Amino acid sequence: MLPPVPRPDNMSTRLATHGRLLNKDRAVRFSFNGKQLKGFEGDTLASALLANDQMLVGRSFKYHRPRGIVAAGPEEPNALVNLGVDGKFEPNQRATTTELFDGLLATSQNHWPSLEFDVGAVNAKLSRFMPAGFYYKMFIHPRPLWKYIYEPFIRQAAGLGQAPKGRDQDTYEHYYAFCDVLIIGGGIAGLQAAKSAARTGAKVLVLEQTAHWGGRAPVDGGTVDGLPVDKVVDELVSELSGMENVTLRLRTMGAGVYDHGYVLGYERLTDHAPKADGPRHRLWRIRAGHIVTATGAIERPLSFAGNDVPGVMLASAVRDYVVNYGVSAGDRTVVVTNNDDAYRTALALKSAGLNVPVILDARVTPVDSALMAEAKAAGIRVMMGHGVAKVLGGKRVTGVAVCAQAGEGAVLEEIACDAVAMSGGWSPVVHLWSHCGGKLLWDNDFAMFRPDVDKAPKGADGAGFVSPAGAANGHFGLTEIMGDAHAMGQAAAEATGFAAKRGKAPQGESVDEAPMAPVWLMPQGAGVTLRSKSWLDYQNDVKVSDVQLAAQEGFESVEHAKRYTTLGMATDQGKLSNINGLAILSDALNQPIPQTGTTTFRPPYTPISMGAIGGEARGEVFQPIRRTPMHDWHDANGADWEPVGQWRRPYAFVRDGETVHDAVMRETKNTRENLGLLDASTLGKIIVKGPDAGKFLDMLYTNMMSTLKPGKCRYGLMCGENGFLIDDGVVARIDEDTFLCHTTTGGAESIHGHMEEWLQTEWWDWDVYVANVTEQYAQVAVVGPKAREALERLGGMDVSRDALGFMEWADGTLGGFDVRVYRISFSGELSYEIAVRAGQGQAFWDALMAVGADLGVMPYGTEALHILRAEKGFIMIGDETDGTVIPQDLGLHWALSKKKEDYLGKRAHTRSHMADPERWQLVGLETTDGSVLPDGAYAVALGRNANGQKNVQGRVTSSYHSPNLGRGIAMGLVLHGPDRMGEVIEFPGTDGTTYLAKIVSPVFHDPQGEKQNV
Amino acid sequence: MSETVTALNGAVWSKGIATITEAPLQGMITLRGDLSISAIKKAAKTATGMAVPGPGKATVDGDTGLCWMSPDEILVLCPYSQVAETLDKMTAVLAKTHALAVDVSDARAVFQVSGPLARDVMAKLAPVDFSADAFAPGMFRRSRMAQVAAAFWMPDADRFQIVCFRSQSQYMFDLLKVAAQPGSEIQKP
Repeated sequence: MLPPVPRPDNMSTRLATHGRLLNKDRAVRFSFNGKQLKGFEGDTLASALLANDQMLVGRSFKYHRPRGIVAAGPEEPNALVNLGVDGKFEPNQRATTTELFDGLLATSQNHWPSLEFDVGAVNAKLSRFMPAGFYYKMFIHPRPLWKYIYEPFIRQAAGLGQAPKGRDQDTYEHYYAFCDVLIIGGGIAGLQAAKSAARTGAKVLVLEQTAHWGGRAPVDGGTVDGLPVDKVVDELVSELSGMENVTLRLRTMGAGVYDHGYVLGYERLTDHAPKADGPRHRLWRIRAGHIVTATGAIERPLSFAGNDVPGVMLASAVRDYVVNYGVSAGDRTVVVTNNDDAYRTALALKSAGLNVPVILDARVTPVDSALMAEAKAAGIRVMMGHGVAKVLGGKRVTGVAVCAQAGEGAVLEEIACDAVAMSGGWSPVVHLWSHCGGKLLWDNDFAMFRPDVDKAPKGADGAGFVSPAGAANGHFGLTEIMGDAHAMGQAAAEATGFAAKRGKAPQGESVDEAPMAPVWLMPQGAGVTLRSKSWLDYQNDVKVSDVQLAAQEGFESVEHAKRYTTLGMATDQGKLSNINGLAILSDALNQPIPQTGTTTFRPPYTPISMGAIGGEARGEVFQPIRRTPMHDWHDANGADWEPVGQWRRPYAFVRDGETVHDAVMRETKNTRENLGLLDASTLGKIIVKGPDAGKFLDMLYTNMMSTLKPGKCRYGLMCGENGFLIDDGVVARIDEDTFLCHTTTGGAESIHGHMEEWLQTEWWDWDVYVANVTEQYAQVAVVGPKAREALERLGGMDVSRDALGFMEWADGTLGGFDVRVYRISFSGELSYEIAVRAGQGQAFWDALMAVGADLGVMPYGTEALHILRAEKGFIMIGDETDGTVIPQDLGLHWALSKKKEDYLGKRAHTRSHMADPERWQLVGLETTDGSVLPDGAYAVALGRNANGQKNVQGRVTSSYHSPNLGRGIAMGLVLHGPDRMGEVIEFPGTDGTTYLAKIVSPVFHDPQGEKQNV
Repeated sequence: MSETVTALNGAVWSKGIATITEAPLQGMITLRGDLSISAIKKAAKTATGMAVPGPGKATVDGDTGLCWMSPDEILVLCPYSQVAETLDKMTAVLAKTHALAVDVSDARAVFQVSGPLARDVMAKLAPVDFSADAFAPGMFRRSRMAQVAAAFWMPDADRFQIVCFRSQSQYMFDLLKVAAQPGSEIQKP
């Protein structure tokens, strides 16, 4: 049998009494670093860990020092854990805001091999060699070492949580909400402000980040209108719940305030109940008429040596754990403070039957305040003018060394204890007030920044749209809080146009407190040894000495000092450290704190999940995929999909045993020899109608469209104002007033928008209407020498050469389908593009496949389409053009009307650089060995440029293997290309080989165009 | 002649907090013109027997109606089988007027979201105030739903009718299913 493990006396543990948020009838099992532990329903992970004496929860970022739980809320810097496994894994989760649930799995972060024994802790021993800016100074030279040695090493050593490896199993969503008054914070101030606003009839939305209403009030106590404050909270909640115009949301944090009353709320729906149905997080996208930030205040730590030893906690947190969760941080707790509020912690501990060996109060006051007197009456020793010289203990507090605050840290006495409750005063949570430009004032009485209510964030009308209320506005007594909340709530409603109701503010009763004294360093004259163990930023391991060093090295701006020391740059964004750090910096610079100023408060208030930001956009609905009416048929028939804009188009239809390349070769050859079908439904189709339609199209296209006769088609080019090609396509004139413009697949929406823009902004007096009818039709290109025979088999209209010539169109029926047939060709073959209503697209496709069966019909994809057009030397927008190419570069001078007075791009084409004969010109390229040129390859020229690179004289714009010609073909833009026919130029590939290609005409196939004209 | 089909063949899903249905074929005609002139008003009336609604409004009765799309555009709803006939009538009225009337029935898909929590589902996808006092039957909105364009109105208190592009019908259906997933109601009952 093993000997009994002696119980160390410095344990944190569960009390038999207290725990107002717990349901002690419901035990909850969870695990931490593999240890099976037990908590209660209502616990946070932090309170449950403390109840199990798990004070040590992590290692620090830089020095790997042991760290414990410091706080009880979102400001917690240390207790960050990995939660869950696999698809539920998430790093950097704050134990203090994680509600306990049955089966919760947590592991600590940033340690190796174990939390208790960590090799990285050697950094702590070296800490005097790793001051602020250490990495910047140390690893800057030699430069290459950074990438290959220093950075990988530092990446391994630094960082807190691990990146998740599994796919996130959960779902997320957004929700658009609208209200007159948005209250951020469901503490006593937020609830009162909500009531005062709601009474006017305004629509009110209240967000509370925790699972409970009331904030700190029930813990801190007091009365309002003679009622205990926790009862007041219950009454407010019950009253608000019954109001039609009020929405209350728990577990929903106000994450950010933006222009025009836009606010993001972050709701955690199933973090506490992971087995429940529904999304895990919901991002509220709120438009509010007026915003009240009732976000409370955060207690500040004190800077004394060893203030990061596990067991040193915020005084308010120690009190929260006792009152809310029935957890004591230790049997004996030393309280160290510069204000009266921490006395409440001493009294709460005492009333829970716990020991408070001493209250070390850095102040010297002439008379005792009410709380001091109460503490003394409770038998607690109070040492005024004293502080902590240093904390004793390593992984756990074992005691404190007491010194005079005014001195340099000479130890007067050592007092054994298990925990230290510290309070350096309170800072209003001004984050949301500040996000959109709310200004701050320095308050000397409380040594804090508070909102300057005269300089609120302003809306479009110049009026403020955010009001702070309660502790967030710098009010701490219940009297002031209730009065302020009532006034701010009412004013917010009035600001959105509601008439205030008469009524008195509820009367809170405040205890008179002695003024706090600013204490930025304890003791005041602490030497370097103490200062370099006095932590400001726990999460990023920044000490008092680091900030002083930054100031000494010239980082005088608070923004520079922040980045140099990393103060406030961790996931907690300096919630505990900012003000203390500013004060130390100000002291080092010998200037008042308001002159130093604050760093910028940016959203989100605490980190929100990437899932919530992404919302529903994941998996199937990550992006809208556009499908043609024949999409499912393609999918069932081997389509290898290619994204074209948001469309999916078949790149090729791959048969069993084929590679994609094989399929492309087969389809290309078959289309020239027999019959190919292309789903061309994605091509843009825009109706342009009106008496001025011809004039309008003459301006949009470079060539003449107004002379086109009804029943005919014409290919056209479109340039932007700067002369560069933006789109091309075939225009069909439907009747005197009406044209149908085909655009590229990717251009349908943008060209439609382009047309509307010109019509609405410049040519608003022209009589033209446009409509995008792209999706009204399924369009099939029937291509190849047997195309006509297939259509004749369907029957219904005359598609002969005489009845429907090349570049003509006709309405009619084919196989019983109402169709519009365009006799146009992008392949150089006999070709018909046939439009049917989209709802009949699949049926029409089926009919073509059936009649074409013995004609060798095969569907073909976009790659065969590309090869067929390249064999003919037809350009492709997006291949031959890239936004810098003009029609003249592509030998398309014939499409630039000389008769027209103007068209978009005409003026630009006369600019010197556009008319420059040195611009590269389109040519065909034929490799000397029949191989395929790499797409995008550059042709080199003699000599080198100023950067020592080889000069270039051209580049490949399209390149394919042509199965019809049996070799590689390409198009490219080459310097003086058309004048250099037959010349061989060099294209070095990225594979080390150099390709030799002869400059030829870009038309490789049927240069006379006889085949498309049969 | 072959039967015309909707994009999703009338798909239905009702496993969540609202029922998602692809509606049957709906005749739709885009009418563009100056909404203040009598010929346009007359064309709209000839097509539907209804008066042109004001901005943000729609007058819809079953599969017939008029929806205000923009200061120079009306969406005319009519039975799918009567689109050609309706267009002919409109075109005749508009013979001497600069206007554009064009069949877009097949370019679109129509969905219904129905049930007491239909508003919750809509408010997750469109940046619109869907509270009962802000959006009610008789109103009409062109907006977006998640990443695609959409227009919608309420045929009755518990039902939304959504029009989107046909090519995006699968996305819209999948999107509505995600937004209506079990356990995702905004106010738990």
